[in-house]
Amino acid sequence: MDFATALQILDSTVRLATPLLLACLAGLFSERAGIFDIGLEGKMLASAFFSAAVAAVTGSVWLGLSAGIAASLVMAAIHGAASISFRGNQLISGVAINFLAAGLTVVIAQTWFSQGGRTPSLIGAARFEPITLPLAETLHPVPILGPIYHELISGHTLPVYLAFALVPLSWWVLNRTRFGLRLRAVGENPEALDTAGVSVAATRYAAVAICGVLCGIAGAYLATALQAGFVKDMTAGRGFIALAALIFAKWRPWQAMGATLLFGFLQAIALRYQNIDLGGVVLPVQVMDALPYVLTVVILAGFVGRAIPPRAGGTPYMKER
Amino acid sequence: MREAMPKWADLVLIPLASLVLAFALSALVILAIGEDPVAAVRMMVSGALGSTYAWGYTLYYATNFIFTGLAVAVAFQARLFNIGGEGQAMLGGLGVALICLSLPWPHWALALPAAALGAALFGAAWAAIPAWLQATRGSHIVITTIMFNFIAAAVLNYLLVNVMRPIGAMDPATAKFPPGTHLPSLHDLLAPFGIAFSRAAPANITFLIAIAACVLVWLILWRTRLGYEIRAYGQSEPAALYAGIRPVRIVMAAMLISGALAGLMAVNNVMGEAERLVLNAVEGAGFIGIAVALMGRSHPFGVFLAALLFGFLYQGGAELALWTDIPREMIVVIQALVILFTGALDNMVRMPLERLFLALRRGRP
Repeated sequence: MDFATALQILDSTVRLATPLLLACLAGLFSERAGIFDIGLEGKMLASAFFSAAVAAVTGSVWLGLSAGIAASLVMAAIHGAASISFRGNQLISGVAINFLAAGLTVVIAQTWFSQGGRTPSLIGAARFEPITLPLAETLHPVPILGPIYHELISGHTLPVYLAFALVPLSWWVLNRTRFGLRLRAVGENPEALDTAGVSVAATRYAAVAICGVLCGIAGAYLATALQAGFVKDMTAGRGFIALAALIFAKWRPWQAMGATLLFGFLQAIALRYQNIDLGGVVLPVQVMDALPYVLTVVILAGFVGRAIPPRAGGTPYMKER
Repeated sequence: MREAMPKWADLVLIPLASLVLAFALSALVILAIGEDPVAAVRMMVSGALGSTYAWGYTLYYATNFIFTGLAVAVAFQARLFNIGGEGQAMLGGLGVALICLSLPWPHWALALPAAALGAALFGAAWAAIPAWLQATRGSHIVITTIMFNFIAAAVLNYLLVNVMRPIGAMDPATAKFPPGTHLPSLHDLLAPFGIAFSRAAPANITFLIAIAACVLVWLILWRTRLGYEIRAYGQSEPAALYAGIRPVRIVMAAMLISGALAGLMAVNNVMGEAERLVLNAVEGAGFIGIAVALMGRSHPFGVFLAALLFGFLYQGGAELALWTDIPREMIVVIQALVILFTGALDNMVRMPLERLFLALRRGRP
């Protein structure tokens, strides 16, 4: 593998890791607040459709993004109502949201566009355009660093930079602000927060809303930047890979970036090579497909660095009377 | 203190109320996309129940959902959420294919028990690892079973593309099973009694096995020591521990039974219908099992009824997609709403009803 190919694979890693990273951070906020969310996939899918649909009709990617975030927030509100207000089963609610999005997006897409459950292809201002960072062209001839800056760091779309900027921001919010402290507390010991006079429900709703916004950006990125339009089931299990990455990262932002880059790298490899020849042993492409899930099971099994979820995760909070 | 509601309300009224809500919202969705819900229902009824051909499809789908519904229900009884029915049913299909293709079976009566055993064993084996990790390492079974669904898809993809595909064939599928594995359809079974049943419909003898599985699951859960321990563990883990019930044993037993039931679905769709193993043979039936088990209140009889309902919805939905502009995915929306109302928003339906019953009781001392 030469330098140019390696750069291409890494470039595609960054592109493919972005939706995973956004969804993973989304899940991180929700789960650190004690709300399990296996509905990341559904929220991304809803946002992917509505962002593509609105962008296709209005020709504006920004209106598309807003619509995507709004759709994802509606799904998040259902999940919040079910798991916080009605103290229902969070896992079942997540399953329901995934199916709701999978079904509704196609039903509505068929009604609006009659193109077999897709939206029209997006062109021009209806998509996020690649951003050329300053000096990218000037520095290109510089050996090694020039191409790295030109190919790998410059030339991505806005949500990519946003996703990576959100990593330190999430860390700061969670670990250095009052809101972050409360959010983590509500996921570990909601009674303590309640005793301190802070509303458990409000904190959890805030976390679920943040989750909705981030999933919305992830879905809009898929439909308006990574690809040009919505197709049926276009999230293709990314919500679950993000969930796997979240466990892999043990619910921490910087590690979430590492895990999603790793899983994005596996996807990039699987996209480029059908089979990988490792000096006699041929790895079929399905190994790359299955690896994120296998790694997550190994981590969950606790043989390599045990992953312990937030203590109050999954349990609805009942105020004592 | 008396219960807020009589038992019949808990078992019948709440699921019905949830169902009515789910259907009402679905009707709104159909209205919103500019179709007529009443006409849609009429078409679904005639398309799913109007002829023996229609019934043949409805019962075929219902057979799948009985198995996956029972699988989720048995795990629910031990308070385990098995989302892995999809992967377990995929592996069950692999077991069926291996057995059907390995011998020149002379008669289906020999092939059927062998294939069923293979399906159950492969399904149970796929559930065994998440079960063992949950029981001994505390790894959350929901996450591990989701991961195992994806791993199963990759394994099957690899085997069908690289190993089991006949030489020269283009599509990723196994060879056609030998004629000796052909299961009798309901047409063949009912003909001796002088009942004319559609020859083309895929419903087959597996439907009877599914009914037997319902009875068997009921016997295991309510008439054996193991079933008692599973239910006790599901009701209260500390109490079960105090009574000397070993959690590892219960988690393993419940999940192995659950995986075997999900795997058994393959007898119906792989052996009974397709007669070869194709990619994506399960088609989401493993997930519909969740809706079926929730709707059926994790009881075999409830699962049976709920599976019939979903068989009706599935076949009716296919007819809708054929004759109207309502896409097939409408069924996924209905399925989602059923899961949402009977599972996650249970309290939303329950609380007003409880208040109603309390008020009624106060009015009539």
